[in-house]
Amino acid sequence: MNALKLIVPALQHAFRGGTAFKVWVAGLLCMMAWGGAAYYDQLTTGLIVTNMRDQVSWAFYIGNFTFLVGVAAAAVVLVIPAYIYGWKPIKEVVILGEILAISAIVMCLMFVVADMGRPERGWHLIPVIGKMNFPRAILAWDVLVLNLYLVLNVVIVSHLLYRGIQGRPYNPNLVVPLVLLSVPAAVGIHTVTAFIYAGMAARPYWNASILAPRFLCSAFCSGPAIMLILFQILQRTTKIAIKDEAIWKVAELMAYAMFLNLFLLGAELFKEYYSRTEHLLHFQYLFSGLHGHSALVPYAWAFVFCGIAAFLIFLFPATRRNVVTLNVGCLLIYASVYIEKGMGLVMPAMTPDTLGEVYEYTPTLHELRIGAAIFSTGFLVFTLLCKVAIPILTGEFAAKGSPASQAAAH
Amino acid sequence: MSCPTGPLPLEPGEETVTPEELSRRDFLTGVGLAAAGYLAACTPEAREAYFAKHFLELNAEEVQLRMARLKEDHKTRYHREVTVSAAPPKPGVEFGYALDLSRCIGCRRCVYACVKENNQSRDPQVQWIRVLEMEKKGGIDFEAANPYYAHEKVPDPDHFYLPVACQQCRNPPCTRVCPVGATWQEADGIVVIDYDWCIGCRCCMAACPYGARHFNWADPVVPADELNTNLHVLGNRVRPRGVVEKCTFCIQRVREGRYPACVEICPVGARKFGNLLDTESEISRILREKRVFVLKAELKTEPKFYYFYGI
Amino acid sequence: MEHDPKGAGGGPGEPQEEFSIAHSNALIPLLVVFSLIVGVVLASIIFAGPAGHGEGMADKRAYTPKDFVEVFGKDEALVGLEDGADGGPHKLFMVPRPPFTSDSIFPCMDCHETMDPNPTRRKLVDEHDTIVLTHDSEHRWCLDCHDLKDRNMLHLSSGELVDFTESYRLCGQCHGTQYRDWRSGIHGKRTGYWAGAKRYLLCVHCHNPHSPRFAPLTPLPAPVRPQLLRESHLASAVAAPAVAPAKEPMKPTDDKAAHGDSTGHGAGKETP
Repeated sequence: MNALKLIVPALQHAFRGGTAFKVWVAGLLCMMAWGGAAYYDQLTTGLIVTNMRDQVSWAFYIGNFTFLVGVAAAAVVLVIPAYIYGWKPIKEVVILGEILAISAIVMCLMFVVADMGRPERGWHLIPVIGKMNFPRAILAWDVLVLNLYLVLNVVIVSHLLYRGIQGRPYNPNLVVPLVLLSVPAAVGIHTVTAFIYAGMAARPYWNASILAPRFLCSAFCSGPAIMLILFQILQRTTKIAIKDEAIWKVAELMAYAMFLNLFLLGAELFKEYYSRTEHLLHFQYLFSGLHGHSALVPYAWAFVFCGIAAFLIFLFPATRRNVVTLNVGCLLIYASVYIEKGMGLVMPAMTPDTLGEVYEYTPTLHELRIGAAIFSTGFLVFTLLCKVAIPILTGEFAAKGSPASQAAAH
Repeated sequence: MSCPTGPLPLEPGEETVTPEELSRRDFLTGVGLAAAGYLAACTPEAREAYFAKHFLELNAEEVQLRMARLKEDHKTRYHREVTVSAAPPKPGVEFGYALDLSRCIGCRRCVYACVKENNQSRDPQVQWIRVLEMEKKGGIDFEAANPYYAHEKVPDPDHFYLPVACQQCRNPPCTRVCPVGATWQEADGIVVIDYDWCIGCRCCMAACPYGARHFNWADPVVPADELNTNLHVLGNRVRPRGVVEKCTFCIQRVREGRYPACVEICPVGARKFGNLLDTESEISRILREKRVFVLKAELKTEPKFYYFYGI
Repeated sequence: MEHDPKGAGGGPGEPQEEFSIAHSNALIPLLVVFSLIVGVVLASIIFAGPAGHGEGMADKRAYTPKDFVEVFGKDEALVGLEDGADGGPHKLFMVPRPPFTSDSIFPCMDCHETMDPNPTRRKLVDEHDTIVLTHDSEHRWCLDCHDLKDRNMLHLSSGELVDFTESYRLCGQCHGTQYRDWRSGIHGKRTGYWAGAKRYLLCVHCHNPHSPRFAPLTPLPAPVRPQLLRESHLASAVAAPAVAPAKEPMKPTDDKAAHGDSTGHGAGKETP
């Protein structure tokens, strides 16, 4: 009952804000409505409104899903140093990382649902009630770990926030084990998602043991890249104090991750281009075009060059501490990984198809609208959760709600 | 976060229910009512169909219910009387298929016989058999394959033809990846799909090395007068939108002992079918007397669909 | 995770004391949990086993044929089939009548009865002049197969007379491999029941004995290219929203499929 008294104002606060905030939320709601209408079309006429066909049966939705699974790992990069090394500056932003993870997982699940031909049969996936093909199907594993990861993050975040509202410190006996569990869970969502692809012998582009490590490396880049930009926005627009060292440290970690990512990519490229088997076709489609179809080529080179440039920016302390180059680096990494782990992962595997046909896929407006709506939903979830979390973190609620300790803020 | 269902006035004189809270409650109640209303508005049949169990978990009575429902469905949609079977595999039977590449002339008769027999959607077009044209001098090379050839007459002297449909693997990658177990291999070796269970995630399509699985991108269109009324629950009943479908060796025919439609239509007799466990069947003789091969043998999918050169 | 300690320690100019591995005890439960998860995942995938024949799920099937006696027991097609399946009395082999050019042409002796047999090799001009012999015409002519005296019959090289319904024995004299394959069902077309009654075709049903090469056929339309699938669907949905137009059974022609090839619209493989 008391809890209600504390939570309600927090919720009210979440929906209150200045003009910029209102415009932002209204914009997101408009995008959601616009994309929702597209999804209604897709629901009523079928996936024919997309450009996916038998030849390219997974595309934009699954590409975004894969990328967002990577983003969801952001929390891990922040959690490991924060909790294992007890490093203060990162600790205060862990909760934001976890909020980002929640938003990303929500988007992931929405993209999966958008991709399903019969979303209303989703209950078939639920163990016991439905008939989950467990443990044989990696997709079943993925559903489990994604939901587990979502639940973990929701529990951690809501506990931290709840205690924050009350002005009490969090319960380490609850949080520390959960946070520790969220580390393997985050690694798990990547690994399992990578295994969905890597386990398919029919698709040589995916059927490589290097895929899971590549997933992890790129996830350790893309998630933090988004976080860094968000941190800077939050630094300026809210009272939350994010120390510069935290940002620099994350940037440094990203440099190592990006190096590994590029190294693994190079290892894969060497193997394919040197041995020149039929597997090379897919890389050729990506990097140089096949039979005159070269829609992906500029994007492919863009992701390579963005990746290298971002690696260099984050490698040198001078550039990673400069606000301008830091943000440029973040954008480059974001672009690089979005291409690489999104369409760059899905399209070449499907083109040419298993019988050698080249069907050059480009998303339809419907797909883009639905994608935009899902991203808007994710942004809205993130915005509202941050709106609640930040005053709690800065101690505004604690100060207002109860005279209890300010320490809970951190 | 908060649960709005409790008795809300907490203390006398204190009004804790804010307008936002009220509207949220209304919204949640509304959603609940809408969902309940939707389910209530559904016909009992629709509700039952929605909550139907996986095919392998049905008991004999429930199988009959499903058959009856399919029969009713087809009657309503196509105004045709249909027979629906759920004939199970016969013991001692494992189906195998062989295709004589030196005979096939690429006339695509099999493609359209299959479409007709198995009630595939005419529009958007679904075809379970894909006939690939390849250069004689290039051998079997999928990269150089062309399914869209349109010669005046076939065979073209410089090309040979390789029809591909479901290879009915002994070790099928598609059934392994299905998250809901909607596709499985029957005891007679036919890989089937429960079209009422498939969620349309298309994981199996990504896993199939032979492009043998096809998705219903829109509501399938089958002209009522062309409907094949001899149906099987796991076979040629008209599929719903948004599920994956595939060749079943004409399960509705072969479980009744008949040859698949593609075998019967093939004008050059290139298609051979039979029981692998019967040493005197055509397929067993082919395996004994001809040198056969399977597509993409390196993937160890171990197809029961063999190719051979009769001469 | 490997690079984190490196990252933590490696930053030049970072305050080192903040990174003391004081909490590194936490690594132990972390690694234990992680290895447990990895172990369980790997074990369950490995021991779930190579999805062998039957896939395991088939074993869990909730029914066997005897569960359905009331449904399938009275199926007459099945009854007949059961008898034929084990090679019993119902294992029938039906062969259609040999394909003569016209119904009136046989029996041949209707005309030849009154004619003097002429064994000289020559070009036929009065009758049968439309027959073009492209079957090793350099070495063969009519009477190598047709019997000189009994025109209703063919004859083997041994001189044994065979009926037109057994012409395969004649063909088999030269085409031994095809004959053997045909007898065991490898060559030629069989229809009917895979384990029961079948219909065979004779060699001459597919191969004109005078010109045995299989005649080229017009192929049925190419599939609709993926680029055109939606267009064609929407077009037909507008034209006939409820029931699609009836198409001729064997020729569900889609024009788009045909000219899709020539336009080469967007993607799709070009003919090499």
